[in-house]
Amino acid sequence: MPKLIRIEDGQFVSADDPFTHVADDEGMPPGDVIISLTRFSAEGDALISQGRAVGVRIEPDEEVEALAYDLPKLAVVAVAFPKYRDGRGFSTSHLLRQRFGFKGEVRAVGEVLREEANFLTRCGCDSFETADGSSPEQWAHAANRHRHVYQRASDGRIPAFTERAES
Amino acid sequence: MYQYDTIDKEFLADRAAEFKQQVERRLAGEITEDQFKMLRLRNGLYLQLHAYMLRVAIPYGSLNATQLRKLADIGRRYDKGYGHFTTRTNLQFHWIKLREAPAILEELATVDLHAIQTSGNCIRNVTSDPYAGATAEEIDDPRVWSEAIRQWSMLHPEFSHLPRKFKFAVTAAPKDRTAARVHDIGLVVRRARDGTMGFEVIVGGGMGRTPYVGPTIKEFLPANRLFSYLDATLRVYNRHGRRDNAYKARIKILVAALGAEEFRRQVEEEWEKVGPGADMPDTEIARIRAAFSVKAFDTLVNRSEAFETAKAADPAFARFARNNLKPHKRPGYTIVEISLKGIGDTPGDATSDQMDAVADLGERYGQNDIRITHEQNLVLPHVKLDDAHAVFQGLAAAGLATPNINLISDIIACPGLDYCALANARAIPIAQDIAHRFADQDRAELVGELKIKISGCINACGHHHVGHIGILGVDKKGEEFYQLTLGGSGAEDAEVGKMLGPALPADRVTDAIDTIVEVYLRERADGERFLDTFRRTGVAPFKEAVYAEAH
Repeated sequence: MPKLIRIEDGQFVSADDPFTHVADDEGMPPGDVIISLTRFSAEGDALISQGRAVGVRIEPDEEVEALAYDLPKLAVVAVAFPKYRDGRGFSTSHLLRQRFGFKGEVRAVGEVLREEANFLTRCGCDSFETADGSSPEQWAHAANRHRHVYQRASDGRIPAFTERAES
Repeated sequence: MYQYDTIDKEFLADRAAEFKQQVERRLAGEITEDQFKMLRLRNGLYLQLHAYMLRVAIPYGSLNATQLRKLADIGRRYDKGYGHFTTRTNLQFHWIKLREAPAILEELATVDLHAIQTSGNCIRNVTSDPYAGATAEEIDDPRVWSEAIRQWSMLHPEFSHLPRKFKFAVTAAPKDRTAARVHDIGLVVRRARDGTMGFEVIVGGGMGRTPYVGPTIKEFLPANRLFSYLDATLRVYNRHGRRDNAYKARIKILVAALGAEEFRRQVEEEWEKVGPGADMPDTEIARIRAAFSVKAFDTLVNRSEAFETAKAADPAFARFARNNLKPHKRPGYTIVEISLKGIGDTPGDATSDQMDAVADLGERYGQNDIRITHEQNLVLPHVKLDDAHAVFQGLAAAGLATPNINLISDIIACPGLDYCALANARAIPIAQDIAHRFADQDRAELVGELKIKISGCINACGHHHVGHIGILGVDKKGEEFYQLTLGGSGAEDAEVGKMLGPALPADRVTDAIDTIVEVYLRERADGERFLDTFRRTGVAPFKEAVYAEAH
């Protein structure tokens, strides 16, 4: 089974990935799958009724709002970063967690690099299909480099203004 | 001034340590130059024509003497003994070695300086009023909000991978010294009729190849709702700004494409959803405000006998006082502008010795407060009139007493083809040539306020679009030509300059400027600045005179 990096109990660990990414023009394999928003609209309910876990992949130009009512049914939302520079996925992750209160797995997929670990984690991603072969240790190191943060975000870290108010 | 606390200091130390590891990985060949590029750019390190350039952030253009001495020291030990102050109130070192960059960042962090977010598609250093805390015009201290924005923008989780770079200006005075209307977001502090503080929010101004004066998208934003509104604005931009073409990726293009009205509607809709939970707590704003309000002004009278006596005895000082001293809010104090536009010098350059001299004067006479202006000059904002002559003498000894603030030789210029890989043409020699032509101070004062701004390419780092006279370097079949624009302004009356006519070869530029000045002197009515005359007459008389001579 392929591996990914996942946050479990606040730690970055290597975990088995039971999901298969299925493209729009591929046949549907058995088991847990991650499919596009388009395919989910057409086949999502049927797949879920078969008792499998289903995830949806959101591309940068797709609006996560379209998925709002379906979120309770989903095991995973895979947020696509086709290029690390394309920052739209950060807004998607933020909205999933903060606006829609999604409690399932938010997975970063695409050009997912260690140097982005801090931003991805802060925006609410809790699993990572890395593109640079990072180990969980390397990933954790990159994500936790800074002892302080200045903003409230989805990772629940205490922002500087709160640290100050409480000291 | 705001003092960095343990949190701010540890943040900078962590960042410096991170970059050190990244450079080590690069030097060991663990990562490629291409992979390393984004990491170094996040720390202000550019690869230029001859060497690496390190752009150090000077948040809202404010420094203390210790920080300026450190910059001088780095210039001496790691560069060629000087630095270049930019139109973003940053300082650039142009002759940096990669393996030394981490040590420089470590040293900067020891005096609370850094190079974070001085490049890349993120929120850049905030520009603010260099007279903040010193001018009677302001209705609040814009540094309070600038510092709050600095903190909010540092490694922002959601807004560090924007379609393109993003620049803020914050001012609180009717006279705009920040070019707020040509920034991605310009914030102008306003007071409502009932006294409540808020901001006029201007979004989508900018220069580059598509210059715009930004529209006001919110007339009055209550100050305590600033950060939720910024979240909403940046989120609309992050999600909908163009990413297919770097030249069309700034927020100004999105605002223009949607129209200001529709952009405003989208931001307001998003803002409703964001809600006050995203605002910065009032307690944090109060903490920052307290740091800026500590001032040790003496109670003085308006008139300083020492100042008047010195002016009468020393005509050079009288001239300096006329042009470089500005009114302070406290009786007996003055704002001293220090020109980095010595005749024949490179605009914005200061040697390490000069930086040390300014640091000493600032510490001794200026409450240890030194500012950088977006017009590439320095300011000592709090000097007693009694001390002004001593400051002048100190500046003169360092070659920094050029009495030309806002005059024709107070030219903005980007580094141009002498340093920059993007440039089409040189900017510095053009600036130097014009300054030489107008070296006669009497004539320069007769001409009065005239802002010349020069860019070596269409990216407009020299702000040519908003120069009263703008000069843009273009490449014509391998030769450097210069396109002139007239009537631009980056101030409260912001406007994009109008094209004069066909581009001129380098050796014709200074003559053309001279001709334009002569037309102005001929045409001007009482009390008119160049800009006023131009706005009244239009381009025709200037165009006719410049191109008549070409035939």
